[in-house]
Amino acid sequence: MEQVVAIAGEEHHRGHPALAHHFHDMEQQHESIKLGVWLFLVTEVLLFGGLFCFYAIYRAWNPEMFTQAHQLLDVKLGAINTLVLIFSSVTAALAIRSIQLDRPKQTAMFLVVTLLCAATFLVIKYFEYSHKIHAHILPGELFAYTHLEGVANPHIFFSIYFAMTGLHGLHVVGGMVFLGFVLIRTLQGTYSSEYYIPVEMGGLYWHLVDLIWIYLFPLLYLVG
Amino acid sequence: MDTHDHHHHALPLSMYIGVGATLFILTGVTVVSAQIDLGSTANLILAMSIATLKASLVALFFMHLLYDSKLYAFIFSVGLFMLTAFIVITMFDTMRRDGIYDHRAVKIQQEAGFYKDIHEAAAAEAAAVEAAGDGEHDAPAPAAH
Repeated sequence: MEQVVAIAGEEHHRGHPALAHHFHDMEQQHESIKLGVWLFLVTEVLLFGGLFCFYAIYRAWNPEMFTQAHQLLDVKLGAINTLVLIFSSVTAALAIRSIQLDRPKQTAMFLVVTLLCAATFLVIKYFEYSHKIHAHILPGELFAYTHLEGVANPHIFFSIYFAMTGLHGLHVVGGMVFLGFVLIRTLQGTYSSEYYIPVEMGGLYWHLVDLIWIYLFPLLYLVG
Repeated sequence: MDTHDHHHHALPLSMYIGVGATLFILTGVTVVSAQIDLGSTANLILAMSIATLKASLVALFFMHLLYDSKLYAFIFSVGLFMLTAFIVITMFDTMRRDGIYDHRAVKIQQEAGFYKDIHEAAAAEAAAVEAAGDGEHDAPAPAAH
């Protein structure tokens, strides 16, 4: 009978309103969507992987230059941004935990904190970028900083720096857009312990953004 | 561990706080350890080991890979394995090219603004030296340094 109803394309009489007709139950839907998210995260890893490879090649070719050029980056700002992102990862994870416990208000609060951390990260990044732009520390042939005496090809390091942190920054913005959407839906009362996969999608994506920064920070700011 | 016979269990708050605190401490450790000069390679290996430890904590605990279906962990691991293979094989190639491809930096050196300034300064200086047969030296020498 159930199947006949489903084939006829009518509404489910059983289950959550967010259950799509092609899934058997919420559990199956949740696991399937999560599988899709993980596949997407793998494509993100490979996207950044190309840039990590870019880094590996040029560092291997120019070890001295990397050591000297990376000293133009501000370790303090990089470290603060690392802590900001880690903190935001904790709050993103707690947002998921709260909705699993049917506490949407708490979820909304944790999402707001996550978004504030993301904004803080971008503001610090903005100060770093504007300082570099003023000093003509720019990628590729735009590079015109002249106080690195005796260092060959420092512009390569900054091509890598801007490509990697720039792409990462775009991911931060993308994550903020998605988490902002999730926040609005949370406030509208859409999610509960039965249906919260969008919160989890946003959280997983946010953790990946943090995970990539965990590698970018030492590679660019510390060991250059 | 099992995702099918119950609804999603929320994990204890202490786990999230503990892992978060560990990540904060490891960030401090990596910053401090990078100030100690162990040699370029040793510093790199140390920093990457700490980063991998941090990334594992995030993936296993915050992203729940430790608790969820192992399928997700498998898929993510395959992705990381492919990335590692990509970088390692590329390094085998790129570190053994010198004999056939030793002009890799020339084009960039010719085109980057930084080098244009240096080249122009050098050309101006050369022209000045040439013109200075009768002693007068007034090369413009723009701020090349």
